[in-house]
Amino acid sequence: MLAALRCIVYRDLLLALRRRSDVATALLFFIIVASLFPLGIGAEPNLLRSIAPGVIWVAALLSSMLSLGRLFAADYADGTLEQILLGAAPLGAVVAAKALAHWLVSGLPLVLIAPVLALQYDLALPLFWVLSLSLLIGTPVLSMIGAIGAALTLGLRGGGVLLSLLVLPLYVPVLIIGAGSVDMAAAGLAPDAQLLLLAAMLITAAAFAPWAVAAALRISIE
Amino acid sequence: MSTDSLKWLWYASPQTFYPLAGILARGCAVAAAVLAVIGLYIGFFVAPTDAQQGEAYRIIFIHVPAAWMSMFLYVVMAFWAAIGLAFNTRLSGMMATALAPTGALFTFVALWTGALWGKPTWGTWWVWDARLTSELILLFLYLGFMALQAAIDEPRRADRAGAVLAIVGVVNIPIIYYSVEWWNTLHQGASVSLKSAPSMAATMFAGMIVMAAAFWMYSIAVTLVRVRCIILERE
Repeated sequence: MLAALRCIVYRDLLLALRRRSDVATALLFFIIVASLFPLGIGAEPNLLRSIAPGVIWVAALLSSMLSLGRLFAADYADGTLEQILLGAAPLGAVVAAKALAHWLVSGLPLVLIAPVLALQYDLALPLFWVLSLSLLIGTPVLSMIGAIGAALTLGLRGGGVLLSLLVLPLYVPVLIIGAGSVDMAAAGLAPDAQLLLLAAMLITAAAFAPWAVAAALRISIE
Repeated sequence: MSTDSLKWLWYASPQTFYPLAGILARGCAVAAAVLAVIGLYIGFFVAPTDAQQGEAYRIIFIHVPAAWMSMFLYVVMAFWAAIGLAFNTRLSGMMATALAPTGALFTFVALWTGALWGKPTWGTWWVWDARLTSELILLFLYLGFMALQAAIDEPRRADRAGAVLAIVGVVNIPIIYYSVEWWNTLHQGASVSLKSAPSMAATMFAGMIVMAAAFWMYSIAVTLVRVRCIILERE
């Protein structure tokens, strides 16, 4: 089973590597959205410092959501997904592997680039760690939850907009806790509680989301 | 026992459920009208004026039952969705589909009356308080459920895809309920709880309970009418 999972992750990463522009687009979107806020709101440093955690987190949410459509669409179009469903590897595990690959491609780059955006927003240095850590724990949750939406909207007309309507409300707790952890640290308090809550969400999502995704895929394919 | 369960399963078929739903819907509609009249009478004429909030508080006779129903109906919807997924019954999916618009309506009513109540009491239409926000998210969940079902042409797939979404979304209900404890904000804590005696006048409480019962009956009646329409459409 583990071999199959490694194979899926490797394959998805390889596919993403062959189409580098897709990955770059989502990352660029993240940077552009985060850069638009100062232009719209004004570049007053105190204001920027206070909105930075929320803005960066919302940008991460949107960017992660943008790439969700690709999670199953290509496999669905060329019939690979049907073969995976028929295959011996348990579907829940395969789905978890695909979500992991999605996170490595779309979530991890956000975590790595976020400190640069934090610089733009003039965040204090110690907060960089909290921001990166919260994104590191939080973005996999987004990939997991997003996979449910992607599986449900597979092959539907207007899938993209519908996907955002389904997934964004479910992202809200992650956003609140994730941005809250940075706010907490900015106020000079320990962000441990929020980070642990995020970790709890990650564990819960990792345990249950794959089954929901598997059920949704079976419904969408038949 | 076996004949009993057989009777219940007998009504699991849309054809046999259709006439029963008609009778139940009529009965519940009448009950809803009567209870609403009694509840509104208590609310407007019997219940005393609140010492701090004046007459403006009377909107709670709509607001609180609507908020209760909005959350409760989502759980009911998820329940039918789960039954539909587990036993593959057609009627369960139809019930979930029929419940969604009523739930969305009550969520909207709860938000709207909350705003009307908040203006004179808090001095603002809207605050980004945990409970208001979760209620808004609940509305989005309802709308997402309805949008997903509307986007799928094949009714069986729509039922089952919606079922998965409803079950995933039901995670949101405890978050709404515990949010008051999680984030300490403007919204007052729940005034009515099962554990302690209600912290309000008995007549106010009675009015609210009667209105809740009226909304309950209304939900059943409207849902059953909608189920009948869906049955006619599909079968």
